[in-house]
Amino acid sequence: MHSKRYEAVIGLEIHTQLTTRSKIFSGAATAFGAEPNRQVSWVDAALPGTLPVLNREAVACAIRFGLAVHGTIAPCSVFARKNYFYPDLPKGYQISQYERPVVSGGALTIRVGDGANAYQKTVHLTRAHLEEDAGKSLHEDFHGMSGIDLNRAGTPLLEIVSEPELHSAAEAVAYAKALHALVRWIGICDGNLQEGSFRVDANVSVRPRGATTLGTRREIKNLNSFRFLHQAIEYEIAWQIDQLESGRAIEQATVLFDPTKGETRVMRTKEEAHDYRYFPDPDLLPLVIPAEWIARERAALPELPQALAERFEASYGLSAHDAALIVSDKALADFFVATVEAAGVALAKPCANWLLVEVLGRLNKEERTIESAPVTPHQLAALVARVSDGTLSSTGGKQLLAAWWAGDTRSADELIDALALRQVNDTALLEQLVTEAIAANPKSVAEYRAGKEKALNAIVGAVMKASKGKANPQQVTELIRRALAS
Amino acid sequence: MNAQHPLTISQLRRAFAEGKTTPEAVARAACERAHALQPTLNAFITIADDATLAARLTELAGASQASGPLAGIPIAHKDLFCTTEFPTTAASKMLDGYRSPFDATVVARLKAAGAVTIGKTNLDEFAMGSANAHSHFGPCRNPWATDRIPGGSSGGSAAAVAAGIVPAATGTDTGGSVRQPAAHCGVTGLKPTYGLVSRWGMIAYASSFDQAGIFARTAEDCALLLQAIAGFDPLDSTSAAVDVPDYAAALAALATERPLSGWRIGVAQAFLAADGLQPAVRDAVLAAARCYEQLGATLVDVDLPRAELAIPAYYVLAPAEASSNLARYDGVRYGYRTAHDDDLFAMYSRTRAEGFGWEVKRRILMGTYVLSAGYYDAYYRKAQQVRRLISDDYCNAFAVCDLILAPVTPTTAWRIGEKSDPVEEYLADVFTIGANLAGLPAIAHPCGFDGAGLPIGAQLIAPHFGEAKLLAAVHAYQNATDWHRAVPPVAAW
Repeated sequence: MHSKRYEAVIGLEIHTQLTTRSKIFSGAATAFGAEPNRQVSWVDAALPGTLPVLNREAVACAIRFGLAVHGTIAPCSVFARKNYFYPDLPKGYQISQYERPVVSGGALTIRVGDGANAYQKTVHLTRAHLEEDAGKSLHEDFHGMSGIDLNRAGTPLLEIVSEPELHSAAEAVAYAKALHALVRWIGICDGNLQEGSFRVDANVSVRPRGATTLGTRREIKNLNSFRFLHQAIEYEIAWQIDQLESGRAIEQATVLFDPTKGETRVMRTKEEAHDYRYFPDPDLLPLVIPAEWIARERAALPELPQALAERFEASYGLSAHDAALIVSDKALADFFVATVEAAGVALAKPCANWLLVEVLGRLNKEERTIESAPVTPHQLAALVARVSDGTLSSTGGKQLLAAWWAGDTRSADELIDALALRQVNDTALLEQLVTEAIAANPKSVAEYRAGKEKALNAIVGAVMKASKGKANPQQVTELIRRALAS
Repeated sequence: MNAQHPLTISQLRRAFAEGKTTPEAVARAACERAHALQPTLNAFITIADDATLAARLTELAGASQASGPLAGIPIAHKDLFCTTEFPTTAASKMLDGYRSPFDATVVARLKAAGAVTIGKTNLDEFAMGSANAHSHFGPCRNPWATDRIPGGSSGGSAAAVAAGIVPAATGTDTGGSVRQPAAHCGVTGLKPTYGLVSRWGMIAYASSFDQAGIFARTAEDCALLLQAIAGFDPLDSTSAAVDVPDYAAALAALATERPLSGWRIGVAQAFLAADGLQPAVRDAVLAAARCYEQLGATLVDVDLPRAELAIPAYYVLAPAEASSNLARYDGVRYGYRTAHDDDLFAMYSRTRAEGFGWEVKRRILMGTYVLSAGYYDAYYRKAQQVRRLISDDYCNAFAVCDLILAPVTPTTAWRIGEKSDPVEEYLADVFTIGANLAGLPAIAHPCGFDGAGLPIGAQLIAPHFGEAKLLAAVHAYQNATDWHRAVPPVAAW
């Protein structure tokens, strides 16, 4: 799709809604889904004579984020007014930060791609700043008029701006997902994309490969799913390359992505861009963050995903892929840590396998999250222990899992007996089954003898089938090898 | 003093205590007088009706407010303070009929102290003006000469106190809007330190300058009022968390002989040599200086080298803030909305074109211009730097003196309609704007009359949170002089 002669340059601006109980400059509640205009204080409605008072909890969120990405937390930052008229912006300006943001710098390490093509990349952040959200304009159901819902007006946002260091839709999505996981991990954002808690703007430009200056960028606004983010960037890159190839210049613009058509369309061009007339908000003093406050937030911060993944690799012997997958979600990582605690560190690797393949597989199929898994870390640990000590075959393990999934509350050992899942280790019985299987599969036997190692699987399978899955597959394999060697 | 001379707060308190009159009688008399003078002065936008007044008096009688320091004292609020009892208009068509769901902190604190609000006073629209000529409800007139301006923007409050309607009223001072009308109307007007009095519920003009202030007949009364309204308010982020001193105690502590002994009062030659300063005003201020000297103070020369930059800096910064502060008047949620609202752009532009007066539009345009891309550094940022330098000048001056004495206005009150060029009106604030740029407290008090019998004011400026000294100095002056006791012809009844 991409011409090899062009390089895409992408930077993301991500608005994360902070999980404070009240708004950033008023005492009104921030809960999602209330009746329109029921969570609006005098301040949010911009009544004459009202003044903003900063919610310190929002600042704490910004500090936690700054610490998590190893950015610089400004000892003194400034709130500024971004002036423009829109009916869902009650004051006629948005309180944001402009020249002096609360967090600058920092970086995030991401994993891009799968399997052998996977690679790590460090994405640097430009800044993160605090600001208030606007309300919502509702254009349907008002007989040609517009409705205004100010419930969202004044909701705290942390806008996180990356450097233009991403070069493909895959990298942009990997970065967005890593950031999504991080803000949920440190508890500053619920990450709910459908409700608009995590909104992505993508600045996209292309340039001839090897060029050092940036091409003209277009900004894709308000992408609220990772899939749309991917589609929109792919489309935009192809479109821009096509423009350049056809000898047309790119005009700086803000565009919207239409998911049904899979296209971007221009919302406004540079000529139509607002002059926001930023200036320091005289109603708010500069935000001073003393070192003690930062230290308090640092002490309360959980172990961060990257550190945890490194620990999983180093101490538990997990692959980079599995470690990265487990720390992509805090609840999953918590589940894993609890499982390993119950099963013992020696079983960490099989715990990871069972969790990622069997548990996550079932959850994904049912579109459920780890929080609603019908098994507990203790149950999974018992299962892994019984498989590893030979009591259960892996098939038996899956049957045990299925029983729990179906709502059975009995313990692993009770179920192993009740469902007769115990693995058959009786050599005499197994030898008889092996003899029968060899006799019944002359073709596989011949192939194996001709040097085709894989042919063994068919015979093992036959024995497993005959034992109703209870035979110990390692033991069976060994017995077949011995029988055929003689 | 004859019996019909308007009473001060202190005198009223004594009269209540001695049972000579009641809060109800005083409040009703004040309302009657406000109505009677309304055709002459147009000092009020709203005067309390019987029901509102009765409700307030009933509330007062049953509450702890009845023993408050201002119990039963009738007052008026500049119609820039939000009140639940009365509409709040900012003298603008934009807010004609608007009623706030809450009281401004100043209003709430005066209520808690027992004061009885008898009405809302006239002002320049959104506090933009120095004449009270720019009001949707018509100009207010000077009680000393009704063909003249009372000063502005808090003209209605100054006129109401001068005319003896109320002993006290609130105002706001962004560039001189308390002190200048106080001088033109011959009353005492205090602008406290920026941050001493909460801005919650005070409709914003220029947030980094706006400060609530008070008018009264004496510094002693100003002390009582300031005691009630000063102090930290969690609803205003720029409110200062400082201990409020006992102002009355500071006044009481003055010695009877040479009460200002040891005080150094700075006189800025830059002010007294200013172009356009009327000789009568200069002479009256110099006479006040000599009076302060006789009260024990030492006069010292102080240098304010950048005083002439105050007006240009102010007229960049204040309109910049105003252009943003007034963006909320868009016709969407409250206030005036044009009938031509078929599309969004038309609704905005027609609403604001029809709802704002010319002076407000002029300042919004200036402010929008100086904040625009490409002009910000040349205007807004530069003006902020100048503001800082002017603050430094005051700081340096206070290294050699305790208070600075200055004129309030270059001239006495001019005739209504006399100044057609807006810049002429802007220049009238040349002596008052410095205190706003530096956030300093300042007080204006009567110190004489010109040949036409128009009052002249003198101004004292103090370091931050130096209100006690300001009030004490003027109290000493008023104990030694009679200028503040003079009443305008319209007040004789």
